[in-house]
Amino acid sequence: MTTAPASSSHALTAPGVPGRVCGTTGLSVCLDAQRFIKLNAVVGIVFLLLGGIAALLLALTRWQTVHLLPADWFYRILTFHGINMLILWILFFEVAILYFACTTPLNARLFSRKVAWVSFGMMLTGGVMVDYIILAGQADVMMTSYLPLLAHPLFYLGIILVAVGTLIGVFNFFATLYVAKRDQAYTGSVPIVTFGATAAAIIAVVTLLHGAIVMIPTFTYSMGWTPQPDPAWYRLIWWGLGHQSQQVNVCAMVSVWYLLSHVILGARPVNEAVCRTAFVLYILFINLASAHHLLVDPGVGATWKIWNTSYAMYLAVLASMIHGFTVPAGIEIAMREKGYTRGIFGWVTALPWKNPALSATVLSVIIFGFLGGITGVTLGTQQINIIAHNTLRIPGHFHVTVVGGTSLAFMGLAYYVIPLIFQRDFILRGVARWQPWLFGLGITLMSFGMSFAGSMGVSRRSWDIDAQGIYGPAAHLWLGVLGIGGVLAFLGLLTFVLLCVGTLFFGRKIGAGTAMSDWGTPPALAGSAAGSLAQDHYATKGTIVLTILFLACFAVYYFANWKALADVWPVR
Amino acid sequence: MSLRPLTTPWFHAPAGHEKLWLGLALLWCFVMSLMMPYWHFRGKQNSTGEAYAVTPADFLARTEKFVEANRVGTFRNTVEANALVPELPIAEPPPGGDAYITGRMWQWWPALRLRVGETYRLHLSALDLQHGFSLQPLNMNFQVLPGYDHVLTITPTSKGEFTIVCNEFCGIGHHAMTGKIFVE
Repeated sequence: MTTAPASSSHALTAPGVPGRVCGTTGLSVCLDAQRFIKLNAVVGIVFLLLGGIAALLLALTRWQTVHLLPADWFYRILTFHGINMLILWILFFEVAILYFACTTPLNARLFSRKVAWVSFGMMLTGGVMVDYIILAGQADVMMTSYLPLLAHPLFYLGIILVAVGTLIGVFNFFATLYVAKRDQAYTGSVPIVTFGATAAAIIAVVTLLHGAIVMIPTFTYSMGWTPQPDPAWYRLIWWGLGHQSQQVNVCAMVSVWYLLSHVILGARPVNEAVCRTAFVLYILFINLASAHHLLVDPGVGATWKIWNTSYAMYLAVLASMIHGFTVPAGIEIAMREKGYTRGIFGWVTALPWKNPALSATVLSVIIFGFLGGITGVTLGTQQINIIAHNTLRIPGHFHVTVVGGTSLAFMGLAYYVIPLIFQRDFILRGVARWQPWLFGLGITLMSFGMSFAGSMGVSRRSWDIDAQGIYGPAAHLWLGVLGIGGVLAFLGLLTFVLLCVGTLFFGRKIGAGTAMSDWGTPPALAGSAAGSLAQDHYATKGTIVLTILFLACFAVYYFANWKALADVWPVR
Repeated sequence: MSLRPLTTPWFHAPAGHEKLWLGLALLWCFVMSLMMPYWHFRGKQNSTGEAYAVTPADFLARTEKFVEANRVGTFRNTVEANALVPELPIAEPPPGGDAYITGRMWQWWPALRLRVGETYRLHLSALDLQHGFSLQPLNMNFQVLPGYDHVLTITPTSKGEFTIVCNEFCGIGHHAMTGKIFVE
């Protein structure tokens, strides 16, 4: 730990500052930050459970054989599911991650407890308000609430409260960074976890401002104070919130990949400069990805679409492809330095696969990259979008990025954060070991079901496909796969929530100075030396093979879609 | 280290496998970037977003005038579950001419009869909410907004009966909002 100068008022080593030293990691933990990490994470997990129950009901409705909910409740629960998962669960958990990233790794204390309370209070009030209004049947407008479809004013006001509350939390993060730097709580450059979190926070500010720009006139319109905003304008600005907010998740998720691979295996980025540049690419270019949603819209020209989706968009894709290399490369080098050098993939088989945080991280990287990344870039291609827009292929894509990628990574994080922050050991560790596998399998199946049904023309956000009388047994089969995958994923999610809640109540207490139980770390073999491969730029043989395999899959899928597009009617 | 501040100079140029991957990834991004302008000039399926401002009342009037002038028959729905569209007029636009379809809760009005290999200017708009024009089983999808006359220049290349499904949520009857295009 760095010894801070005596004048340093914001460092945890300054006299009179409430903090503790973690018995496991030796890092200093700010008690104020710890309280808000706990609060935000727990509330986030509650919203995750609510959204998960909604997900089960939806999966059982789209599974045409079961077709559980009536039409009005299907659309109501679909709105509820989207808001709880994409906004409430993820934003609360991300605020927790931000508070962690600006205090513990920097040996700093949280800027302000009051600001954190205000942020938390506004977010919670807004979240409860939105959920209540939806369940009361006053806002069956879907996650996107496209105008002129109109919800109860409290729906928009609730979202505005959540957005502003989150912005205030993000302000607390930046203020903590600033004061920690000013008071020299740490020396040198911030670690990559904090750097990635900062990138996420910057994107969050831009995102939430879009939210304010679009939601405030919509709120005043719903109150009858102002005329109706233009529907095309609404779509453009709304997606500046909608797609960008998912990029906040990507940044947070990648930071969690770096964090967990370091905590479990001692992995470090192969090249800090490259990893950090990739985060900067996200900040600079990701807003253009919002154009994805307007590719078959009227009034948006081809030049605009091509510019936004190609030239600059792919620099953000490049960033993900860079992280997709550097994260496994860091792991491979760490494993080889520990002595696991057999063959190209000996380091893979020696990974501690029974460690749920590791399996969650690896599954998150694979599901996000291979399934989410490839499908996302392809669907977001200007012309290919013609055969995909608003079909089930779209949720097939984003469930593997946001759920298989981000949520799974956050679950992995919880297996370390809960013992470290709540100081209790996990209960039922045997169950925890297979939870990420169950969840990952369920989500993957569900995404396949959605993607194939979507390529057969089944639309998203539709209660029933039999009324149209045009979908055959194959489409019904894939909707069945969707349903089964959804049930498995829900069981994985429920297991996770029960493990977390059970641990908070019944987990063995870890006293001061006691280490948490180890989930599994590969021991260093005889003759190995830490840091011995730091200068060997050809030590990542396995990773380069895996990434080239990824590129091959990408190219096949991409060009197969162009082929499918070439088979439909000419249109201009 | 991922968790501790960096103190040593940490800037290094990429080398070895990392440099190789950066090069491959960047190259692939260029290929993807070039595909879209390439298809725009050489490919046949493009969404150019041609659109004009129109009020819902005007668009409905134009659609009605189009149906009156070009009506060739009536479509009677035999799919029992879909009671929302029991009957639609069928209109046949002249080859190379304009065709109109209006989206409203919860039908696409009217049905069209087109000739294979001919090109038409298909005008789409909505009277109430946003709707999604999804032509099945071809799986071609376009967004329809109230206030916007979205013009698609289409050339049917396959014969048969095609169903227009709404794929943008537009209320309780959304799943049953269908229309028809017959190609002969």
